[in-house]
Amino acid sequence: MSVNPKKRVAVVGAGVAGIAAAVALKRAGVDADVYEKESGPGGHLTRWHALFPGRENAATVLQGFLNEVKENRLDIRTGTLVTDIRKENGLFRVTTGSGECSEYGAVLLANGFRLFDAARKEEYGYGIYPRVITSPDLEKRMEDPATGLLIHNQAPKKVAFVHCVGSRDAKVGNRYCSKVCCISGVKQAIAVREQYPSCEVMNFYMDLRMFGSGFEELYQEAQEKYGINFIRGRVSEAAPTLDGSIQVKAEDTLLGCPLKVTVDWLILLVGMEPGIPGSLHDSLGLERDDAGFAGCRNKFLLPGYSSVDGLFLAGACAGPATIPDSVNQGRAAALSAIHYLNGKV
Amino acid sequence: MNGKNDKWGFHTEKSNLITLDSNDRSLVNILAEQVPSLNSCFFCGSCGATCTASDDGMNFRLVHLLLRRGELQTVNKIIRSCLLCGKCTLVCPRNVDTRAVIYNLKILIHELH
Ligand SMILES: Cc1cc2nc3c(=O)[nH]c(=O)nc-3n(C[C@H](O)[C@H](O)[C@H](O)COP(=O)(O)OP(=O)(O)OC[C@H]3O[C@@H](n4cnc5c(N)ncnc54)[C@H](O)[C@@H]3O)c2cc1C
Ligand code: SF4
Ligand code: SF4
Ligand code: SF4
Repeated sequence: MSVNPKKRVAVVGAGVAGIAAAVALKRAGVDADVYEKESGPGGHLTRWHALFPGRENAATVLQGFLNEVKENRLDIRTGTLVTDIRKENGLFRVTTGSGECSEYGAVLLANGFRLFDAARKEEYGYGIYPRVITSPDLEKRMEDPATGLLIHNQAPKKVAFVHCVGSRDAKVGNRYCSKVCCISGVKQAIAVREQYPSCEVMNFYMDLRMFGSGFEELYQEAQEKYGINFIRGRVSEAAPTLDGSIQVKAEDTLLGCPLKVTVDWLILLVGMEPGIPGSLHDSLGLERDDAGFAGCRNKFLLPGYSSVDGLFLAGACAGPATIPDSVNQGRAAALSAIHYLNGKV
Repeated sequence: MNGKNDKWGFHTEKSNLITLDSNDRSLVNILAEQVPSLNSCFFCGSCGATCTASDDGMNFRLVHLLLRRGELQTVNKIIRSCLLCGKCTLVCPRNVDTRAVIYNLKILIHELH
């Protein structure tokens, strides 16, 4: 600990945003400690199977990030939960679960998001009907073709995806759009068709948000090459049939008719919720935006600058983000933190 | 009572519920094999807006949607008014060969009857 704490940065979270930030700091010669509550780095990326938009293998991409960690000799304190951050006399005091305290000149918050708990949408029966699963559950199942979506060793015949589960929904208090679930739904629909070519796949959506580069093209490929049916209408409820299949009801809003269909699996595209503990507001005065994510001071001029001087934001803790978004934000926040330490802000 | 309600447009009719489990949706698959661009349709409605026969009820977007849901009852009647002029194909942003779809559909329906 010979380095002056005023010149050190704490990075909270070793997801892709935290790794990108820590690498950038290291390359600039700035001392950083990375805190990660899980047993290894990577964040949510460690849970995905294939990635949009190009359906790249997630394990390969993760390995790329782990190589960066290794090559840059990042010191990641895994298994270390940050429980509190306070600012006193211009220094940040970071406390961990074991009660250990360290001081830093700046903090880079990269603690990501929480997945929406699908059981809160009771009408879909998640956790009650075994054939109702979430998009992260599907990513996990696709890792192992021996289980996948097989039912008594048979390929599924019909699968439906439900968009906007836990997002754009005043009933669960989340008015915002989670941004990545539409394209995740397209990517997963293709994955199901690829694995089970005879299975019919339907996506129930309200709007399709294909904002990123290559997204619209993947959506068109899903229709044209994989024959996926996109049905405009929000699934209102799901109920099990005698054989355990799931009957769903929706309105086909383009025809103006109610619609009923029985599927082998119902897959809920769950949204992102803010991972920022409310306590940071009390201890630090960290402000949040309307959706509850960490808010920045100025969306145009100072993205990544939190309401607290010296505390910077990167990745999904500041709002729904893709992996490339999070990486870019991590690098940008690292630069902002360096400027801050050098007294340039 | 019934007659009176009819006057105001209220009357009991066959349910308009679409039951995908029992509806026969094979026709759209045959058409998509013949004209693969059909699958790219995102139901924007450009074809219906420009249609020469729209006054007579023709609407390609609607026909495609009904086929996709297996709601075939009215399709035959609707497409009768299509003149195969091809205007819809000119405006489609997803390059669906709409005219070829209707042409093939007319033949398929003719074969079915
Ligand atoms: C179903 C689904 C599929 C997706 N698929 C793709 C895809 O194909 N392509 C793509 O680009 N994006 C995809 N995404 C988005 C992607 O997961 C995010 O962009 C990315 O995970 C954000 O990275 P992050 O580092 O900001 O946050 P996270 O991945 O959430 O990482 C945050 C890290 O911080 C740690 N942490 C949190 N709190 C603390 C604390 N108090 N102390 C210590 N450590 C802490 C966490 O353990 C975690 O490791 C998908 C998202 C979902 C929901
Ligand atoms: S990205 Fe799509 S599925 Fe996700 S909340 Fe937004 S509109 Fe809904
Ligand atoms: S114009 Fe093309 S994409 Fe639009 S509804 Fe008609 S066929 Fe579909
Ligand atoms: S080809 Fe038929 S559907 Fe298309 S614009 Fe002409 S009349 Fe309308």
